[in-house]
Amino acid sequence: MKHIVSALVENKPGVLVRIAGLFSRRGFNIESLAVGPTEHPEISRMTIVVDVADQPLEQVTKQLHKLINVIKLSELRMDESVQRELVMIKIKAPAAKRAEIIEIADIFRANIVDVSRDMIVLEVTGTESKIDAIENLLIPYGIIEFARTGKIALARGSKETEQ
Amino acid sequence: MKITGAEALIKSLENENVEYIFGIPGGVLVDIHHHLCMSKKIKHILMRHEQVAAHAADGYARATGRVGVCMATSGPGATNLVTGIANAYMDSIPIVALTGQVKSPMIGTDAFQEADITGITLPVVKHSYLLKDPREIGRVIKEAFYIAGSGRPGPVLIDIPRDISLAEVDFKYPDSIDLPGYKPTVRGNPKQIKLAVKAIMASERPIVYAGGGVILSNAAKELTSLVRFLRVPVTTTLMGKGAFPETDDLSLGMLGMHGTAYANYAINESDLIIAIGARFDDRVTGNPEKFAVNAKVIHIDIDPAEIGKNVNVDVPIVGDAKQILSGLLVALKTEIKSSKHRPWGAWLTKVEAWKAKHPLFYKKDKVLRPQFIIEQIYALTKDTDHVITTGVGQNQMWAAQFYKTDTARDFLSSGGLGTMGYGMPAAIGAQFGRPKSLVVDIDGDGSFQMVSQDLATAAAHKLPIKICILNNMYLGMVRQWQELFYECRYAAVDLAPGMPDFVKLADAYGAKGIRVTKNEEVKPALEKAFKDPSTYVIEFCIDREECVFPMVAPGAEITDMMMEKPARRSR
Repeated sequence: MKHIVSALVENKPGVLVRIAGLFSRRGFNIESLAVGPTEHPEISRMTIVVDVADQPLEQVTKQLHKLINVIKLSELRMDESVQRELVMIKIKAPAAKRAEIIEIADIFRANIVDVSRDMIVLEVTGTESKIDAIENLLIPYGIIEFARTGKIALARGSKETEQ
Repeated sequence: MKITGAEALIKSLENENVEYIFGIPGGVLVDIHHHLCMSKKIKHILMRHEQVAAHAADGYARATGRVGVCMATSGPGATNLVTGIANAYMDSIPIVALTGQVKSPMIGTDAFQEADITGITLPVVKHSYLLKDPREIGRVIKEAFYIAGSGRPGPVLIDIPRDISLAEVDFKYPDSIDLPGYKPTVRGNPKQIKLAVKAIMASERPIVYAGGGVILSNAAKELTSLVRFLRVPVTTTLMGKGAFPETDDLSLGMLGMHGTAYANYAINESDLIIAIGARFDDRVTGNPEKFAVNAKVIHIDIDPAEIGKNVNVDVPIVGDAKQILSGLLVALKTEIKSSKHRPWGAWLTKVEAWKAKHPLFYKKDKVLRPQFIIEQIYALTKDTDHVITTGVGQNQMWAAQFYKTDTARDFLSSGGLGTMGYGMPAAIGAQFGRPKSLVVDIDGDGSFQMVSQDLATAAAHKLPIKICILNNMYLGMVRQWQELFYECRYAAVDLAPGMPDFVKLADAYGAKGIRVTKNEEVKPALEKAFKDPSTYVIEFCIDREECVFPMVAPGAEITDMMMEKPARRSR
């Protein structure tokens, strides 16, 4: 089962490997990982998506809590949080196909961030399913390159994520 | 006034009241040693192998309750510490390991004697630092000692690149610590304590299961008061030896794979386990599916990650054992008003019957047996201030079974990692920490040979440690498994070829040695050695095929014990 773990960590070297180590030690694969500073530059938020059973995950989160550089940690339930990803997709776009691609981009509210004679770079944000959908639609045109950020997430409502 | 990073490091360590650093110097540590040797407060103890340095710091910490310190140079020095650090991690022992590192700009270039020691030790430290700025030295040292010694203790490593030692810095030791991500829970939740009282009062067959956490939190006194007030049976883990007096009638000794039969029966039949600072290790529970199936569990531990890890817990109480146990006693006293209240009399009678029926035993004949030797060591040391250390394997289990430990910090053994070679280094560290105690290492021939070079350290400092080698010329515990479960096919366990003459070996290092081959020689030899102020090696040539019993086969139910050798053996 997929789980989202959100952690506030000190923005220091070695933090990422300590966190990753607790997953890798058990042979768990991290599906996606997004890290960036918060409104306090000395604190970063990590959003980790893993596919594991509940019980071993609970053990890992308790261990993560013990890391000195981890300040706060919580598991976000899918239905009680908002999640977004961002992708950039470089697609073959010869003049004949360009209009079709732009039409798909419009439907998905994707932005065209770069364009040249025979290709386009689209930027799309959204949920996992939206991104999967546009990806599937664009495959027939020929995806040259694809970069995906991995999920970031916050708890819904006034509830703080780290409670 | 500016001082060098090396001087700042030593001043910081002096501020933490470090008495001893166990270590070996090296290229990147030269600047540190240049100043360390001038310190009036800190003595550097020169070891012969870094693993021994780490174990000595560990033994010092266990015997004194203070943070032990070891230091090694970059590369091989640092990697040699790893086993000792892992050992301290598994048993939650507070040590600070200092390692030299190549100059910062050379890190990551495969420079001479470079090893990524913070990376290598990542899974076996409580925390670690790679110093990047000499101004961090004071803060990092202060944090390291605080982290190592507080909460659930453990090893902290500090990697010091050479340029940091050489740099000049304005030094001031910080007064306070700011660690937003590290706030161990100390006070137990009063609501949980109430639930525990309720569970205890409702129980019919309660048992206390105490581990090393009781000793780490200096809670032996509180545990003893609680148990004597309640009058319930107590079993301890290997790490918990000394948490409750083993000579007390309520003590069942150690439980688990080589625990007493009565401890295993009692815990498996109990309806309430009061676990304190113990972690339901596989060597304790045997098959967890069949472990104490009818028992509710109260689990007191400072580490929330231990709760529910191996067994389901009904009443978790996270916090410091000392505080929780005193709180629990106060709450129970109001609950049980009359001191004559003995609701568990019938249960105790049952436990006593198991005790009478299945005592620890060994064959008493002319053969020199290890159990007899340990009983003799016990008889001669129990009334003096003593520390017992052990190797790992049969020697360790015999010591745990037959040496009755009454006081905390007097029995030091490598529990979690099971590190052969722990005994003598721990004895060295313990003797430095407690110079007036009689320190006796009950060791095996295999364990001792993993660290025997450090007889030099003991002899050089004229440490009066007594190294009792139970020599069966085998890697005995593995041999025992091969005898009992692998048709007596003794593979790769015979140490007889190449067995050194331990008396001569002791002599070669300037220590004293004596060999014992008969029962009647045991006591006189021990008396002679214990009276002598020298480092002493006493070699006991014991029966080669003596086994440790009881034994629960790995993964079996803990009441499924082998009490003696099967009648017929295929050999």
